[in-house]
Amino acid sequence: MSILFKNAQIIDPTTADVITNDLMVRDGMIVDPSGKAETVIDCSGKYLAPGIVDIGVKVCEPGERHKESYKTAGAAAAAGGVTTIVTRADTDPAIDTPEALEFIRRRAAEVAPVNVLHIAALTKGRAGREMTEIGFLQDAGAIAFSDGYRVVQNTKVLARAMVYAKSLGALIIAHPQEPILSDGGVATSGKFASLRGLPHVSPMAERMGLDRDISMIEMTGAAYHADQITTARALPALERAKKNGLNITAGTSIHHLTLNEFDIADYRSFFKMTPPLRSEDDRIAMVEAVSTGLIDIISSQHTPQDEESKRLPFEAAASGAVGLETFLPAVLRLYHSGHLSLNQIFKAASYNPAKRLGLNSGRIDIGSPADLMLFDADVPYVLNRENLHSKSKNTPFDEARLQGKVLRTFVGGQEVYRA
Amino acid sequence: MSFTSQHLLGIEPLRPEAITEILDLANAYVEQNRKAERPDPTLAGLTQINMFFENSTRTQASFELAGKRLGAVVMNMAMQASSIKKGETLIDTALTLNAMHPDLLVVRHPQSGAVDLLAQKVNCAVLNAGDGRHEHPTQALLDALTIMRAKGRLHRLNIAICGDIVHSRVARSNLILLGKTENRVRLVGPVTLMPPDVAELGVEVYHDMEDGLQDVDVVMMLRLQKERMDGGFIPSEREYYHRYGLDRAKLGFAKPDAIVMHPGPMNRGVEIDGEIADDINRSVIQEQVEMGVAVRMAAMHLLARNMKNQRGVVT
Repeated sequence: MSILFKNAQIIDPTTADVITNDLMVRDGMIVDPSGKAETVIDCSGKYLAPGIVDIGVKVCEPGERHKESYKTAGAAAAAGGVTTIVTRADTDPAIDTPEALEFIRRRAAEVAPVNVLHIAALTKGRAGREMTEIGFLQDAGAIAFSDGYRVVQNTKVLARAMVYAKSLGALIIAHPQEPILSDGGVATSGKFASLRGLPHVSPMAERMGLDRDISMIEMTGAAYHADQITTARALPALERAKKNGLNITAGTSIHHLTLNEFDIADYRSFFKMTPPLRSEDDRIAMVEAVSTGLIDIISSQHTPQDEESKRLPFEAAASGAVGLETFLPAVLRLYHSGHLSLNQIFKAASYNPAKRLGLNSGRIDIGSPADLMLFDADVPYVLNRENLHSKSKNTPFDEARLQGKVLRTFVGGQEVYRA
Repeated sequence: MSFTSQHLLGIEPLRPEAITEILDLANAYVEQNRKAERPDPTLAGLTQINMFFENSTRTQASFELAGKRLGAVVMNMAMQASSIKKGETLIDTALTLNAMHPDLLVVRHPQSGAVDLLAQKVNCAVLNAGDGRHEHPTQALLDALTIMRAKGRLHRLNIAICGDIVHSRVARSNLILLGKTENRVRLVGPVTLMPPDVAELGVEVYHDMEDGLQDVDVVMMLRLQKERMDGGFIPSEREYYHRYGLDRAKLGFAKPDAIVMHPGPMNRGVEIDGEIADDINRSVIQEQVEMGVAVRMAAMHLLARNMKNQRGVVT
């Protein structure tokens, strides 16, 4: 089985430029273009990029399959050019035993057309009291360990889990946030929250959480990834930690890169996120940090919520947004506005996350898996949320004017989506 | 016709002319209410439902009286006691009520934005009687009417709003209204009870009563929301009273003819000295209650008019 992508504008995230070239795929791998291909795809004017590796996707199995299943999440990912989803452990029950992990691995393998990797819980029941069976979970395929948006408050428990994880070479993903200060806050402190009368949290809560976690990394030497950095005030601490040689990387979400607190407008609960949307200054700082590489990874933080949990007063509404299918057009806003190059975008969306997880995908290299997306960066349209593949349609981009569409998605050389 | 909205959800969306129209009509209702005989069939044949998801004897009574004086059929629903306890969502409750075809829905809810949400789902007129920490438009309107009648104007006045600003929808609606009508608004209170970056909303912020009350025309005290005090916003009630409670000495910093207002219910000896509250030369607290009924009559009258216009009924 071989495919030749002819005249593609190839985005290699490890380089600075887009080059027009041919790319050949054989037996699921990217190979040297030679010989005849069974299928030839004319890619003139289209971009070919490594598929997105999205860390922190919530698939609601087990527990809330009415919100999202592996089947629908897989279809959404394929349609969004996301070739690898890395699922969160914050299901009900949590993925905190090898048996639970086996179950979702089987479900994913049966129905999802894209690669699915799983984060396991760091503590049992995500309760922050006892570490999970990190070794067994690793053997069962866990790619990283995280309690999701729940912060392990007990530093003794966290320190033990971190040194234990380090001894096994396991990556810890955490949500930097001071949990008591941020308790109950649904908007970021400032003019907007004051005007709308919403319970708010200081952006400093993120810095405080990160500061603590950096101390913990220094103490334990663990490999650590901050799921989302969303405030300018946290960046100097992150920069220092990296300079000091700590094993730390950081992500941010497409929503925090493209939206700000004023998008909440008249209490639109589809814009309720964790952490809450920030000021425009913070948003700009995050875009800048992605362009300099201080923030390594962009993720969608895909969080399906059904209508019932969103159609409530803002404070009571569930948090989170679906993002797999809007990842590309959302992040392309930053390309069209001239803030990020396509190479920078795919470095943060594909290459860096793959590298952090020890995968050899996310790049255009001979011998790498042919996880690819072909897309048109310019085609304009108005998004209709009813057309999303996710079971839940809670996107903040409903009726938004977007540019850029995935045309085809390939996983291991197999086409899994065609527009 | 300046007030053309279908709902009265807050002061923020109102144009200044709309505020004037409501206040002018309310002013006429004040006089009408003082007469011995006052039959007024403005809302005859209309149904008004008061839905209070949060307890309030005073505001609910005021709305009920306002509706009844205009001939509406008024029904009170104590929402805390009913469906909420059974897990029904706000929207389901709204749809259920909507099916009964009320004309006016008066809603109070403990969460900011809840009344906006409800208004999207019903086709009658919705009046916000207070949502969370967001807005309480009829309170701001009745305060404005009180000031106008006491001071002879509602512009170029120095007005201090004092106390627990952060938890107060009354403060929010008032600072917006008083800003729109070109007054200088000061917020005075401990820093822990001040919303972040509130100065960006066009007000001056003071943390000291002596500075804050200097030469003001109006002193508006707010209730210290004791039920929201679990976070330890202030060290104690006695320290609060000492530093921020309005007594004769602190009132001395204001203009000699400054009026004192309070939305009620008062905590005497916490945010206000009982003697000041009862001083008929300074306190307009009882007038506020009177204005409340008139303002609510005016608001409902105009909403009913807008509704008839929308439905194409010629009046």
